[in-house]
Amino acid sequence: MAEASTREAFGKALVELGRVNPQLVVLDADLSPSTMTNFFASEFPDRFFSCGIQEQNMIGIAAGLAASGKTVVASTFAIFASCRCYDQLRLCLSQTGANVKVVATHGGITVGEDGISHHAIEDLALYCALPGFTVVVPADAVEAAEAVRAAVSTPGPVYIRLSRGKTPVVYPEGYEFTPGQAVTMRQGNDATIIATGIMVAMALEAADALARQNVDCRVINVHTLKPLDEKSLVTAASEAGAIVVAEEHLAQGGLGSRVAQVLAREKPVPAAFVNLGDRYAESGTAEQLLQRYGLTVRAVEEATRTVVGRK
Amino acid sequence: MSEGSEASVESLEQVAKRLRRHVVSMIATAGSGHPGGSLSAADIVATLFFRVLRHNREDPGWPDRDRFILSKGHAGPILYAALAEAGYFPVEELSTLRKLDSRLQGHADAGLTPGVEMSSGSLGMGLSFAIGVALAARLDSRAYRTYALLSDGECQEGQTWEAALSAAHFRLDNLLAIVDFNGLQLSGWTRDIMNLEPFVEKWQAFGWHTIDIDGHDIPRILSACSEAEGVKGKPTVIIARTVKGKGVSFMENNVAFHGKAPKKDETERALKELE
Repeated sequence: MAEASTREAFGKALVELGRVNPQLVVLDADLSPSTMTNFFASEFPDRFFSCGIQEQNMIGIAAGLAASGKTVVASTFAIFASCRCYDQLRLCLSQTGANVKVVATHGGITVGEDGISHHAIEDLALYCALPGFTVVVPADAVEAAEAVRAAVSTPGPVYIRLSRGKTPVVYPEGYEFTPGQAVTMRQGNDATIIATGIMVAMALEAADALARQNVDCRVINVHTLKPLDEKSLVTAASEAGAIVVAEEHLAQGGLGSRVAQVLAREKPVPAAFVNLGDRYAESGTAEQLLQRYGLTVRAVEEATRTVVGRK
Repeated sequence: MSEGSEASVESLEQVAKRLRRHVVSMIATAGSGHPGGSLSAADIVATLFFRVLRHNREDPGWPDRDRFILSKGHAGPILYAALAEAGYFPVEELSTLRKLDSRLQGHADAGLTPGVEMSSGSLGMGLSFAIGVALAARLDSRAYRTYALLSDGECQEGQTWEAALSAAHFRLDNLLAIVDFNGLQLSGWTRDIMNLEPFVEKWQAFGWHTIDIDGHDIPRILSACSEAEGVKGKPTVIIARTVKGKGVSFMENNVAFHGKAPKKDETERALKELE
């Protein structure tokens, strides 16, 4: 599969949005060359505010701008966008439903060599715990650009988590993104693999491998963790009778927890979870870390065989 | 568009006294709340709402209104009292403070109460919010000014100093911070719990124009606000020296009334003193 950068797609989409939306302003916490908001900064210097290394202040400023009619995109690394300013997210954005889009790059362990201080593996749990927030993890660069466009054109607080490295492209140009609506990527009724972010491409690859072993898997991309597309999940569980949830996140509070909560209520079926468990990773290349911490095509495949055996 | 912009000093003093009475009554009725920090800010808030700020009770969202940002959210009652007296909602509604279904939450909630610009209650966030509001004025070429009321205690929060740094960096001369420096916080004197001094010099070092005043001297509050309007290229902070619980003898400088409602007899005594 061809690969492309979700953060580069974000940076370019932001420039296009800036051209058509004069109310759009962008805030940065000294990471614009990495988050790629620097494209926007060079074209719209008056609407770009470097807040320095001040994530808490940045979220407060974002709220003030939003309360004054601006559509605000605030961007930094996922670890700082979640853990460093949580009380500010809660009081200034969530409580008032502020029109602020927190678009964070460098999510998950695929940040790699920078190590655990920079691995955001709890950000989805934290953002999903904020009432009113929409939480999106795009599967590829095409979906990333679409998610940013959708977020900017819809009022209210949104969190979008992007990656550092390039991600396999799973969607063609022209793909239409609907927030809150999961995408069935592949049909199959032996099991359903429910994935988000970088795990979508791996889920598709695992499904191909399983098909060769006569196990037909459905693959669903849940790009929006909140609000969750419960209907698609319940239908998939009913028709396939077993599920696997794969995500680049801790076991607690992310997609796995959210899916389990829905299915426990609506349609309990055998389930397996591919995630980082309850531990931090370490420094290493993205590929090495995915291998060591069990986020692989092989892991998805094995989990799927296990749940199929439990049907 | 201004409410009572010609109000005399004498009438502002009367307004401040009325606001103090509302604060005591509403917190007594609620049975909980923070009287001390509302009473210390009464003269500042009365002067702003009834003389300095351009605002319009008929149109709380008027785009050109001056913004009043209450960062010290536990002083919600003094803001509610001012908004009610200014006609944003009926004075009778003040008695619903902290009760189920009330628009007057324990700490200010922008989504509920007409005239409340920012939700607050977790300390140290208001100055950042005010910077966003002031930057928006600049982007939109609007002449409104942004006023942020802080407590001295909340200046122990690191975010306040992030904001102090950035307001000066952005040269926000349309932003005025007022620190209600009453010297007390929940568990004692700020100087004992986490000393802020040298306080004025800190703001100066961060690039702010500073004005050090008696926060109960209404003519001085007025002249400080005028002085701030003339300062160009940097933000201004008024350090308003106040007395916590001001106006009620047994609450003055009494840390017990940081976050405690007066009992029935205390309420009667307080209201008598504020006649």
